[in-house]
Amino acid sequence: MSAGLGPAPAAPMTTVARPVTQARVVRSEWTKLRGLRSTWCSALAAVMLIVGVGAGFAGGKPYRVSPGHPAVTAVSVSLFGILIAQLVIGVLGVLVFSGEYGTGMIRASLAVVPSRLPVLWAKLAAVAGLVLPVTLLAAVADFFVATAIQSARGGTAIALTDPGVLRTVIGASLYLTAAAVIGVGLGGLLKKTAAGISAFAALFLVAPVVATYLPHSIAAIAPYLPSSAGGALWGQPLVAHPLGPWAGFAVLCGYAVLLTGLAAWRLRRRDA
Amino acid sequence: MIEIDGLTKRYGDKAAVDGLSFVVEPGVVTGFLGPNGAGKSTTMRMIAGLDRPTSGTVRVNGKHYPGCAAPMAELGILLDARSVHPGLSARNNLLALARTAGIGRRRVDEVIELAGLAEVTGARAGGFSLGMGQRLGVAAALLGRPQTVVLDEPVNGLDPDGVRWIRQLLKSLAEEGRTVFLSSHLMSEMAQTATRLVILGRGKLIAETSVDDFIGRAEAGDVLVRTPEAVSLSRALAGPGVTVTSDGSGVLRVSGVTAEQIGTAAWRAHLPVFELTPAQASLEEAFMQVTRDSVEYHAGATR
Repeated sequence: MSAGLGPAPAAPMTTVARPVTQARVVRSEWTKLRGLRSTWCSALAAVMLIVGVGAGFAGGKPYRVSPGHPAVTAVSVSLFGILIAQLVIGVLGVLVFSGEYGTGMIRASLAVVPSRLPVLWAKLAAVAGLVLPVTLLAAVADFFVATAIQSARGGTAIALTDPGVLRTVIGASLYLTAAAVIGVGLGGLLKKTAAGISAFAALFLVAPVVATYLPHSIAAIAPYLPSSAGGALWGQPLVAHPLGPWAGFAVLCGYAVLLTGLAAWRLRRRDA
Repeated sequence: MIEIDGLTKRYGDKAAVDGLSFVVEPGVVTGFLGPNGAGKSTTMRMIAGLDRPTSGTVRVNGKHYPGCAAPMAELGILLDARSVHPGLSARNNLLALARTAGIGRRRVDEVIELAGLAEVTGARAGGFSLGMGQRLGVAAALLGRPQTVVLDEPVNGLDPDGVRWIRQLLKSLAEEGRTVFLSSHLMSEMAQTATRLVILGRGKLIAETSVDDFIGRAEAGDVLVRTPEAVSLSRALAGPGVTVTSDGSGVLRVSGVTAEQIGTAAWRAHLPVFELTPAQASLEEAFMQVTRDSVEYHAGATR
């Protein structure tokens, strides 16, 4: 192919295309995710929010571990930045689909994978494959930065091996990964960036606040909202957790499965 | 090969495509013509499995396209120049599509070169002009060396160099035995590129013909003649069914006879002719005529 404007000197009827496999579609989606500036801006913003807010809180009153004040509570408080970071991660997830619907690329993507569903699974895999390690890194960094600042200010030295601490740090990452998956589901379901982000914010931030002002019978659902239920895993300090850490996380995953299922149904049934 | 049988797409009460049946053969360039809103793009989206037909079937190379194991080997499609991600570079746009079929960077670089995008591969597609976006879309359609290529308005926004490039490219793809199907509403462009024509109006098939037949029909139209002997030539051409009009600048517009007949008549009468041109616009007029008829027919039928 030397001549820039020449015709294709291809041998008759040769093709270079091989069958579509799930692994190939994952590579395709990773190429898209990796190639977008917004991906790395979001990832960086999430890390800075988690570590920055953690470091800020650690600069407050020294925390002393006692029978009524377990080590894990200090770690949960230091992860408070998740409440803002989850929005950034949710937007990252929403954009994975809405970015393609908004630009028309979805038609090119689905034309080369006409069975469609592999595109959804690949997007989930690519997003989870990015968000899980990045947020784990952020949570671990947050833990070490916050405990270092606290020890320097006279707080009790807290180790990853203290009861519930490791679960909380890893749980922060699992929580944000599930949030990203929910974002992907909302993006696929609603197609528009603004609608997806609004729905995500409503579900994760507004609903828990509004629920507390509702009549008692309705407010009872509050612990089962995604951010409250999933918050049990990393000990989100703002809400009481009637659910255990893993039960709460299971509820959060239930939302992710439900929304992904709806997105799959929509992707499969509707015109692109 | 593309086989379309009884294809219908309804949006509510309105049929965008209505009982369409035709075959696009391999080895030739087939043009898909019709006014805006005739259903060309909807048909092409159904070929690619993006829109689901209300009824009827589409087969690409004899297969049900959405069920193909290696879709990029079967069909390459350009739907519109904006089917790219503006935040991704030209190369990453192509690479993302290529990855789904296990196509490597070397082939991506080949189509980049082929489309004349070598200097902008790293630039984000969002900054591309319509013409550059069009080249990127054509490059994407060729990635898998597909047996069938479907292009929706590929010359839109291209400069003359790009138009010529598309024309040669499509002809060479057809010579390799591939099926080439492109839409346009520019009849004159189509006449230079396509061999076969499928003409659509209001979602229905108006004609499935060869360009030669279509032009033959159109050439029964006007011929422009520039001559210093306008009055004598008009007299020489006079006959039943022949009309000659003049705008007074020495150019006659003659209808009812062919260019060959006019040239012969002028030669016999020893009249100089400086220019003898079958009016190019008449091709488009013929196209307008057939599509207008279909619209009227359609309106009459629903009344």
